[in-house]
Amino acid sequence: MSEHVISSKLYVGIWATLMVLTAATAGVAFLDLGPFNTVVALVIATCKALLVVLFFMHVKYTSERMTKVVIAAAIFFLLLLLGLSLADYTTRLVA
Amino acid sequence: MSDSDSMAGGSLVAEHEHGPELRHHFATVEQQREASTLGMWLFLATEIMFFGGLFCTYLIYRYWYYDEFAAGSRSINIWMGAINTGVLICSSLTVALSVRAAQTGKRKTLIVLLILTLLFGVAFLGIKGVEWYQKFEEHHVPGLNFSAADLIRDYPQLHIDPHHVQLYFSLYFAMTGLHALHMVIGIGVFLFLLYESWKGRYTPAYHTPIEIGGLYWHFVDIVWIYLFPLLYLIDRKPL
Amino acid sequence: MSSAALNPERPNYLNQEYGIRSWLLTVDHKRIALLYLLSITFFFFIGGFFALLIRLELLTPAGDLVQADTYNKLFTMHGMVMIFFFLIPSIPAVLGNFLVPLMIGAKDLAFPKINLLSWYLYIIGGVMMLHCILTGGVDTGWTFYTPFSTAFSNTRVIEAGLAIFIAGFSSILTGFNFVVTIHRMRAPGMTWTRLPLFIWAHYATSIIQLLGTPVLAATLVLVVLERGLHLGIFDPALGGDPLLFQHLFWFYSHPAVYIMILPSMGVVTEVIACFSRKRIFGYNFIAMSSIAIAVLGFLVWAHHMFVAGISLYSALVFSMLSYLVAVPSAIKVFNWTATMYKGSITFSTPMLYSFGFIGLFTMGGLTGLFLAALGIDVHVTDTYFVVAHFHYIMVGGAVMGYMAGIHFWWPKISGRMYPEAWGRLAALIVFLGFNLTFFPQFVLGYMGMPRRYWQYPPEFQVLNVLSTAGSTILAVGYLLPMIYFLWSMRYGKIADANPWHAAGLEWMTPSPPPTFNFDETPVVTWEAYDYANIPAPEEVPVER
Repeated sequence: MSEHVISSKLYVGIWATLMVLTAATAGVAFLDLGPFNTVVALVIATCKALLVVLFFMHVKYTSERMTKVVIAAAIFFLLLLLGLSLADYTTRLVA
Repeated sequence: MSDSDSMAGGSLVAEHEHGPELRHHFATVEQQREASTLGMWLFLATEIMFFGGLFCTYLIYRYWYYDEFAAGSRSINIWMGAINTGVLICSSLTVALSVRAAQTGKRKTLIVLLILTLLFGVAFLGIKGVEWYQKFEEHHVPGLNFSAADLIRDYPQLHIDPHHVQLYFSLYFAMTGLHALHMVIGIGVFLFLLYESWKGRYTPAYHTPIEIGGLYWHFVDIVWIYLFPLLYLIDRKPL
Repeated sequence: MSSAALNPERPNYLNQEYGIRSWLLTVDHKRIALLYLLSITFFFFIGGFFALLIRLELLTPAGDLVQADTYNKLFTMHGMVMIFFFLIPSIPAVLGNFLVPLMIGAKDLAFPKINLLSWYLYIIGGVMMLHCILTGGVDTGWTFYTPFSTAFSNTRVIEAGLAIFIAGFSSILTGFNFVVTIHRMRAPGMTWTRLPLFIWAHYATSIIQLLGTPVLAATLVLVVLERGLHLGIFDPALGGDPLLFQHLFWFYSHPAVYIMILPSMGVVTEVIACFSRKRIFGYNFIAMSSIAIAVLGFLVWAHHMFVAGISLYSALVFSMLSYLVAVPSAIKVFNWTATMYKGSITFSTPMLYSFGFIGLFTMGGLTGLFLAALGIDVHVTDTYFVVAHFHYIMVGGAVMGYMAGIHFWWPKISGRMYPEAWGRLAALIVFLGFNLTFFPQFVLGYMGMPRRYWQYPPEFQVLNVLSTAGSTILAVGYLLPMIYFLWSMRYGKIADANPWHAAGLEWMTPSPPPTFNFDETPVVTWEAYDYANIPAPEEVPVER
């Protein structure tokens, strides 16, 4: 974590973006996009998470490579758990 | 990996030039701060995997029982969920601003922001409590007179097996419950930070606890950012 | 042989402070390592006691020593205690805690108080487990499979689950401490490629502890909630899937076996280099293979579930991945062998245990490949073949590595030499006893004897008797070091800083080390395993 001091204006800007995205995700849920409802919801959630990680948690401004390695590793292993488990469940012949 | 800049240097000169917060097995304050920060990120990685187990369970059962999950999702209060999401985002703002206040040495601002963060946290828990009580009144708490009859009646278009609906609610309470527990712990941590800030312990040179406490709080916010669409927004389109 | 010239009354971490408070409230990583040593030895004997009862029952085909339900409890408690309260902490919590700061030239771990906390969490979990054992035990198998554990077992499942949950946090904290320490507290000049491979092994182990154990924690929470509140998550009657439990459980428990073996591999690497008087062959390969094992180990968990009901497609994927994970382990075996080639070999006790490790781990690993083949697995899964396979790795591998390490670093830890002749004898007894115990089990399994059964058809008796006989010999082999290590603390030859003339920063500080490890922070300018520049000792120090 660097000692980079971020301006209050930027923080408020990020906050505003997050609030708008929250309203958007709630609103889009009422539309019928078929299977894309889930996709859009997760994409918006990931954008929000990215904004929090990069700006509120200062990851955009850090010079520490290990921070990014740790985050990437955790996400990778989580996706492994979810993905390989799904590989079983989606290929079973009976429910 | 080039963290050669963070190795312990010859420490005999630096030993007497530090504040009381430097622990003696570290050579410099910088090294201690980098260790604490890396430590907190590693801890957050373990938390990602801890919640991950529950997310995996959610994923499998949503895949199997989509209709029941859709019905369950419709029965929880989207407005309370959305407001709570907003409350947490506001709390993340106050946390980020409080780190900034510590960095710039503004003690009074720091204290105000920490208090606001705590208020937002308590508000979140209060709203969650109201939600849970609603669920209890509607007999949607597994193990406490659970009944899915109202959902079957309200959503004839969905194929609903009452047993499978119970799985949704079990996960709802397990995941929001675990999240709420983390919020409670976060509030405890921030009460401690508030006390230390009030005592004047944090300066632009040393405010690591605020930084790493903030990381924890933001993480709990991010978990909720995912819980909101996954639990509340499964299927809200007009039937 | 003249004794070393160090005054044993020189201040060191053992005599710096006396009294029980100075031990129970210590933040010195070396003292915490000894606290762990005592505790895990205690649990080793508890787990061993259950093993002896199992082998006694299996002397005869009939179920005549204990009842069937009791037998279920015996193998369950043996597994839970040995895995969670002995093997998983063993090398990292004892040797890792003691040596990681010393090997990298640091004064302590990054978070000494968290280190102490990890020991207390282990003790709390251990006490809960003991209480569970003494008030009726658990009979679900160490694997807690649902729905038996959540709905049908009449034993203390919740208490056992919570005990392991708490002990799991001990494991997470240890891993967390090591990663931060290795990244942030290396001495000047100690670059990543000059680190002892013991450190690389513990780094890889810590990755697994950090990323895998939380999933076990979440799974145990679900089991406890299910059993207490009947949520239905794993209950087929409510639409739950018992296999989901197995996926979540094995996501941790397979990488857990790498937590148990990687540190042993680290020990063996150090010992082989020293007693071949040679630089390790293929340093980069061994370092990278440790990381590869840690990562690949997370990709293979469903090979424990081939016949449980997973889809054939996913079984194929997991089978293929399981073959892949054997490659980095094989790379290590080749590198150890190449290290010994044209080396100057000494058959010291640690080296004898390391030889045992290489042979037995290889056998265990190869039989793992048998099990990874779907066709063979259908035939031998849930038989004694599997039991033999994992005991070859856990006991023939991990415990031998642990014994090698305890003997190798005993002079550093205690300031005394153990009696070398007795050490070699015990190593031989362990090797013979181990093979007599577990080799017959491969045959039994192949012939069809199921595991976890308390009675068996009479045609299996001869092999079972051999196995039980072996287990008593093995027990003697493990008791001997207990006795002579205790003896050595009072009567052993006083050790100097580097009795083995080994490479490594831990050997450049007195035995036992002072509390803050080094009088001055070392500055490293030499490569790891610099044996070309270290003269060999005249002879291996032997107690006369």
